[in-house]
Amino acid sequence: MNPGEIDNIFRDEAGRALATLIRLVGDFDLAEDALQDAFAVALERWTVCELPDNPRAWLVNVARHKAIDRIRRQTVFRGKEQQLVHELELNAQAVDEPPAMLDDDMLRLIFTCCHPAFSPEVQVALTLRTICGLSTAQVARAFLVSEEAMAQRLVRAKQKIRLAGIPYEVPERDALAPRLDGVLAVVYLVFTEGYVATSGADLMRLDLAAEAIRLGRLLDRLMPGRAGIKGLLALMLLHDARRAGRANSAGDIVLLEEQDRTLWDRAQIEDGLRLVDDALRTPGRPQAYAVQAAIAALHARAPSFEETDWPQIAGLYEVLLRINPSPVIELNHAAAVSMVDGPARALDLVDAITARGGLNGYELLPAVRADLLRRLGRTQDAREAYVAATKATQLEPLRRLYARRMREMD
Amino acid sequence: MQYLLMIYQNEVEYAKNDAATSQKMLAEYQAFTQGIVQSGNFKAGDRLQPTTTATTVRVRDGKTLTTDGPFAETREQLGGYYLVEAKDLNAAIEIAARIPSARIGSIEVRPIWVYDK
Repeated sequence: MNPGEIDNIFRDEAGRALATLIRLVGDFDLAEDALQDAFAVALERWTVCELPDNPRAWLVNVARHKAIDRIRRQTVFRGKEQQLVHELELNAQAVDEPPAMLDDDMLRLIFTCCHPAFSPEVQVALTLRTICGLSTAQVARAFLVSEEAMAQRLVRAKQKIRLAGIPYEVPERDALAPRLDGVLAVVYLVFTEGYVATSGADLMRLDLAAEAIRLGRLLDRLMPGRAGIKGLLALMLLHDARRAGRANSAGDIVLLEEQDRTLWDRAQIEDGLRLVDDALRTPGRPQAYAVQAAIAALHARAPSFEETDWPQIAGLYEVLLRINPSPVIELNHAAAVSMVDGPARALDLVDAITARGGLNGYELLPAVRADLLRRLGRTQDAREAYVAATKATQLEPLRRLYARRMREMD
Repeated sequence: MQYLLMIYQNEVEYAKNDAATSQKMLAEYQAFTQGIVQSGNFKAGDRLQPTTTATTVRVRDGKTLTTDGPFAETREQLGGYYLVEAKDLNAAIEIAARIPSARIGSIEVRPIWVYDK
């Protein structure tokens, strides 16, 4: 085996091996250090010997022994640590536990990283670092901060887990629904940053979108039959399936109405459509992610922009507004209404939202207004709105799109 | 009468102290604590973990909202405290959310510093 292949195995197994190790050794940092030790041993051994049947169990086993060594090596040998070593040794058989137990470990890790005692940014950072197995440098890049600053943030978070007593567990029945919503929000945050970056030279950051989809699939497997998870996964798959059509080779944005639909990933769309149906057929209250996915499904099914089922899309946004009212969804609703009742009616809706102050500082608001004004032929007003839209974004491809629109109106 | 004595200091600066300075401070605290225990003034007292371990709990419309970090609002003032035993942070947050003032103000949940024996 070459080091590249071994790296891939580490990448696939790191999160799950870590999840079990944290339970066994009871400490994030010790588990992470011990797993690094085990990787080093594996890198040496697997290049010359054959891969073990179950690489994850092998890694967990070696890491557990490394954790015991690490505790023993600590200079002050106190009674408490003696007890810990004893417990670890008692757990020696623990690696042959049933798969359900190991799945629970992964969920424990996910719910701990997405604990509401952390700010959303910290939840995302912990998730990317420990569950997705990204390096600290990669996580730092995702947040556009220095590696040092991110390392510090992660150290503080892990310290808080230990000192504040954040439990390593899957929440019990009563607490589960709101906590799962929190987990899904983290996954969706990772995805949206990948789908439309906040700033920088590239519209999309495919690595983050792919990580979010991987997390969604993992959750769907660990907690089957949940409409919220299926809906979110479907939403991400359907949006992401359009990635090849959303930008040209120069990195410029290609709008939905201009996209070459043959570039869309049909297999992924089929996958997404199946999941939307599953999500909508699950008993219980309709889930916001599932309704959003149903909207994405209508776009994915439409043979062209003109033949899109706009009335149904506008109707689904109204459903969404009842489940989960928010000014951003109102704005999306207005955009859909512009395709059914025309831009004048939509502009009234947008101005009403603006008057309530609900979208102060929302960077896409001037862009939506600009588009409606342009379609109404109010060139001067549209131009002013595009200037405001350009000021509101940090993303280069969006700025180029607005510049193009202004040129087209000349 | 009973009084709550609240200790405010710059925790970042304090953490920069060398071992000898910290040791000296600790000894002074031990002496002070023993002194007020012997004089009969002592009711309860603890050192707190740093604010980076804090979680602030509010209840609005029946929903428990948590935020990372300490309470940082100058419009509201410390009005009381509970020292509770709870099995983990989730249990502590659950108790904090039942404090009536959680509905109008904020409850900061901060772990007590436990010294190794």
